[in-house]
Amino acid sequence: MVTTRPPAAVSPAEDKPKGRRPLTRRQQENRAGLIYLSPTLIVVLVVVVLPILWTVMLAFQRIRLINLRRAGFFGEYTLANLELVLTSPGFWSSLWTTLAYTIGSTFFSILFGLIAALALRGRFRGRTMVRASVLLPYVAPVVAVTFVWEIMLSPQFGIANNWGTRFLGWDRPIAFLSQREYEVSLFGWQFDVPLALLTVIAFEAWRYFPFAFLFLLARLQAVPHDLEEAALVDGAAPTQIFRHILLPQLGPVIALLTVLRFIMTFNKFDDVYLLTGGGAGTEVVSVRVYQFLTARFDIGAASAQALVLAAGLVVLLVVYLKFMAPRVEGEEEN
Amino acid sequence: MDRAAVETRVFGVLRRVVIAVLVVVTLFPFLYMLLLSLRPIEEVLQNPGKLWVGPAEWTISTYREVLTPAGGGGQGFLRFLANSALVSIAATALTLLVSIPGAYAVSRLRFVGRRQVHFLFLSVYLFPSILLAIPLFVLFTRLGLRGSLAGLTIVYIAQTVPVSIYMLRNYLATIPVSLEEAAAVDGYSRLQTIRKVILPLAAPAVMANALYVFMIAWNEFLFALLFLVEDRNDWTVSLGLAQLSGGIEVSKTVLMAGSVVLTLPIVILFFAAERLLTEGLTAGADKG
Repeated sequence: MVTTRPPAAVSPAEDKPKGRRPLTRRQQENRAGLIYLSPTLIVVLVVVVLPILWTVMLAFQRIRLINLRRAGFFGEYTLANLELVLTSPGFWSSLWTTLAYTIGSTFFSILFGLIAALALRGRFRGRTMVRASVLLPYVAPVVAVTFVWEIMLSPQFGIANNWGTRFLGWDRPIAFLSQREYEVSLFGWQFDVPLALLTVIAFEAWRYFPFAFLFLLARLQAVPHDLEEAALVDGAAPTQIFRHILLPQLGPVIALLTVLRFIMTFNKFDDVYLLTGGGAGTEVVSVRVYQFLTARFDIGAASAQALVLAAGLVVLLVVYLKFMAPRVEGEEEN
Repeated sequence: MDRAAVETRVFGVLRRVVIAVLVVVTLFPFLYMLLLSLRPIEEVLQNPGKLWVGPAEWTISTYREVLTPAGGGGQGFLRFLANSALVSIAATALTLLVSIPGAYAVSRLRFVGRRQVHFLFLSVYLFPSILLAIPLFVLFTRLGLRGSLAGLTIVYIAQTVPVSIYMLRNYLATIPVSLEEAAAVDGYSRLQTIRKVILPLAAPAVMANALYVFMIAWNEFLFALLFLVEDRNDWTVSLGLAQLSGGIEVSKTVLMAGSVVLTLPIVILFFAAERLLTEGLTAGADKG
């Protein structure tokens, strides 16, 4: 039986445009998207975004742990904290230390990661095991690896100093982690090196080169084989293949890694804190924040110090993105 | 010989050297940790340069000291292990619960502000965790969450959700949309589609993700230090070990035994699922 419905019954919504329409597909999708993402948004807002905003406010109030209860949104705002932080002894030197530590660690971790990725690219027996063990420094807990390094480098019973004095002819044990300057003579030149800082950088390079290795290896394995084979047929040397075929392909990943490692190292706290406690010329800004917080209970000053750190990072990143790596931004679009 | 032949030979040798150096450099500290933890402290102090001693001289007294409860004169690491496991497993489960729908939304659904979400995520990493630590310290003190494992778990979720969503999103992008359309034709709702079609297909990425979150939570130190330090019963293994090193009468070999106890679960997990993790972490990175 075929019936034709009266036109009015087809879509009641069209008759009354002011009434509640059923949601269109697009609106439904919009709502579902927001609902699915809302737990994430809530957690990130509460535990990350609000605290950041609150830090900004704390940085401009005179607050110590004792009068924390009275701290509110309408406290007295003042620039005293910023002034205290910017003029306190050791502020600028700790900023330079942070910068040197960050640049050194970023550079060497990516360089070693690249060397490792190139060496472990081809097939050989036991490659899976070697690849897994190379990743160990990155996945192992910080606390455990910093302790092993501390003990290995210890002047009293560390294996590095023991072997150094026995086999390498060192005159006396070297206090790698607690000596600020170390005098080196090279070809008759005498100069000081910041020993503890270099040791910390070496530790960072050791711990984070697997991170760079992981990303670079993944990219290397995606380089089309015929490109390299064509170059081989043409008699290209390995360095030429690297320079003209591999490096251009790796460029964007290296740029991305530079940004990631720079951000993460700049903000790093645990590694330096656990290795040296910030002593011997390794006081990076995040360790300073911790000391303001726990030794002086000065929450205002600690917040101001942390804010200066974040501001410095933002400035450096903007400069980097603007002038050094125009390709990184395009990366995000895929 | 021409340049290509010379270089090929040189780099062939160099490659073997590099591989050998890499293996030694990465594995040696862990081997040293293990060997030191098995030796009596007097013997280590006499022969600091000696690496290998026969199994006859090995001792497990260091491990006994680390694992015995604090009441029994030990360091009570069993309790810390339980705390760490609890926090890490809870953080892993909750992070996945939050990030799977989130990743699905970001990769599949068009909604207002979808393009802006990345900026929010970036803020998690742009600001140092020490900066978050101050207000969270204040906030959690007020809420009474400081000094509780639940508070710590919440922080770990916030720290890992963005990366987790990013990893999952890249994987979801490789699953054809036509499968979902077929499921819709069969009358599945969106949630049913996620549970019965998407999740089974994305299982490798979800596993890799779970491992990643577990590792971050297990290894974390700063927030554990700030939030839990007051009550020994709440310490995680990382915190317990760090506090152990401050003790004067604790010998270095005991410290190494503690380090082994802290590292071993992660290493076992890692070797069990290495391939899964490396592929999951870098999914999408090779698109260049």
